[in-house]
Amino acid sequence: MAKQHGLIARFDTPADIMRAAEKVRDAGYKNWDVITPFPIHGMDPAMGLKRSLVGRFTIVGGSIGITTGMLMIWFTGGSELSLPFMDGYKLIVGGKPFFSPQFAFPVSYELTILFSAFASIGGMFILNRLPQHYHPFLKYKDVAKGTDDSFFLYIENEDPQFDEEKTRSLLDGLSPTEVGELED
Amino acid sequence: MASANPITSEMKPAILDEVDPVDIPRPALVENNRSFSWITEKICGIVEEKTPTWWWVCFVIACATASFTVFGLIYLVASGTGVWGLANPANWGWAIVNFVFWIGIGHAGTLISAILCLLRQKWRTSINRAAEAMTIFAVVCAAIFPVFHVGRVWMAWFLFPIPNANAIWPNFRSALLWDVFAVSTYGTVSVLFWYVGLIPDLASVRDRAKNKIRQILYGFFAMGWRGSNRHWRNYEMCYLILAGLSTPLVLSVHTIVSFDFAISLLPGWHTTIFPPYFVAGAIFSGFGMVLTLMLPLRAIYRLEDLITQYHIDCMTKIVLATGSMVGYAYSMEFFIAAYGANDFEIFAFVNRAFGNYAWAYWIMISCNVISPQLFWFKKIRENTAWVWIISIFVNIGMWFERFVIAVTTLTRDWLPSSWGYYSPTIIDIFTYVGTFGVFSVLFLLFLRFLPLMAMAEIKAVTPQADPHKH
Repeated sequence: MAKQHGLIARFDTPADIMRAAEKVRDAGYKNWDVITPFPIHGMDPAMGLKRSLVGRFTIVGGSIGITTGMLMIWFTGGSELSLPFMDGYKLIVGGKPFFSPQFAFPVSYELTILFSAFASIGGMFILNRLPQHYHPFLKYKDVAKGTDDSFFLYIENEDPQFDEEKTRSLLDGLSPTEVGELED
Repeated sequence: MASANPITSEMKPAILDEVDPVDIPRPALVENNRSFSWITEKICGIVEEKTPTWWWVCFVIACATASFTVFGLIYLVASGTGVWGLANPANWGWAIVNFVFWIGIGHAGTLISAILCLLRQKWRTSINRAAEAMTIFAVVCAAIFPVFHVGRVWMAWFLFPIPNANAIWPNFRSALLWDVFAVSTYGTVSVLFWYVGLIPDLASVRDRAKNKIRQILYGFFAMGWRGSNRHWRNYEMCYLILAGLSTPLVLSVHTIVSFDFAISLLPGWHTTIFPPYFVAGAIFSGFGMVLTLMLPLRAIYRLEDLITQYHIDCMTKIVLATGSMVGYAYSMEFFIAAYGANDFEIFAFVNRAFGNYAWAYWIMISCNVISPQLFWFKKIRENTAWVWIISIFVNIGMWFERFVIAVTTLTRDWLPSSWGYYSPTIIDIFTYVGTFGVFSVLFLLFLRFLPLMAMAEIKAVTPQADPHKH
């Protein structure tokens, strides 16, 4: 018999699960989650979640991008530096300056965007701890409804406030369509 | 009980007691009040059902057409660039025209995904997945031309700043190199944006999978997505950021493509209107292609409830708007040439309209300036057959626009002794026609194996998804 991971309640409308989430947040639970087939507007404050941190990754990626672009262009065409396996070569093009931020801008701009995109997506995966191909919810009998048309709220056993009876009665009080157990 | 109306009783002006504000209903984005499960079933059903016969027929024809490109390119590499029609003075011929054509088509996908997302245009949700796929496949077709036009394709990697035995670095002042970075970035970011958008829908397909192989394949790419709101929070932020990044990307990529021409000194090319003109033209041709693809799909898969007349209206209005911008750009080019009193510039434009490529010029004008103006009329916008026909004309016109720009200037530049006439060879023609086959093969594979609409996004914009409604 597998250990219980948590208790899970199913709801059928976004309004129901919003109200339910607010009650669970107000009850002080920390190890819980809401499953929806699409993002519900206003669910983040209903769960007491703060702003996502993906943007921090983006700004780091973008800074690396523009720096890489400018440095690469300066080194390759505007310097005579000698690095292992690569030497700069001051290419003479019509007597124009060997390096200028203006001509270096298009390539640096594209690299800024490219590195920002990689950083944002990488950041999103890191913050979400994805890929995560194993999770107790993925074994649940109604998992297909979570990506289809139903909304779930589960509270994990690990939560310090978890109590089989109290948590179950809290969930029952939210008028769900069904209450079940998640197994580890 | 808090209502959605932000006007509280303390703020309410007296006039509201006498007047009853009209509640104008927004057009339904999903008609017939379809449920979430109907949406899932409709889109996943396409991926799960047995491959229809029409798909096989189209696939065989597409593969046969794509083989033209394959054989054309093999012959080109084996024999040399002399097999194309390029010769003095037109050393840029069909290759650059085809490249700009395909990249332009790609831009509509990014516009729909990114710019319409930032502008909160909820109608984008039923077309964005297919439009983004169109972008990626268009970039693949476009990239074929710069890679192969170099002649010695095995040295194409010299375009990147990688140490080589000749100790040569690329010339970062050249717009052609900016193109390399712009198009590579565009292709990469488009694929990433498309894939990120696919993750929740791949999870839907995974959860409905009836056999183990499907479950593993779709599951692998779904990254273990389970619809957790803690994940949605970061996902939505990432999506918004990608939309915000892709917007300047789409604007800059076609700007840089226009720089291929604009930073030269040739009459007809060296004008500051080129960047906005090319970007508007790209969006114009891209939406033309989106309509060309989506209208038949809508009929075949019976998607009328998801791609409604409102969607078609919005798309045709964008075609009308961008087509008008392109028409304005044509007239501005001409006006500034005349006003600037530059004889060579004036000649360039008179030559376009009345010289030896006048046939191409007038095809361009009738397809780009005249045909989209028909979209002012509601009767035309509501007739899907007409909309489809006009969308084909838009694409024909935009190809000819790039042709006219490139070839008329090159064949009639400063010195009459340099003048010539450019004709494509049969290899040029077959290689180009084949790229439509390459595009179709990729698009058909997309239709067969991946959910062609963004189910999660469509559900989110239905009225049932509003948590304040009940």
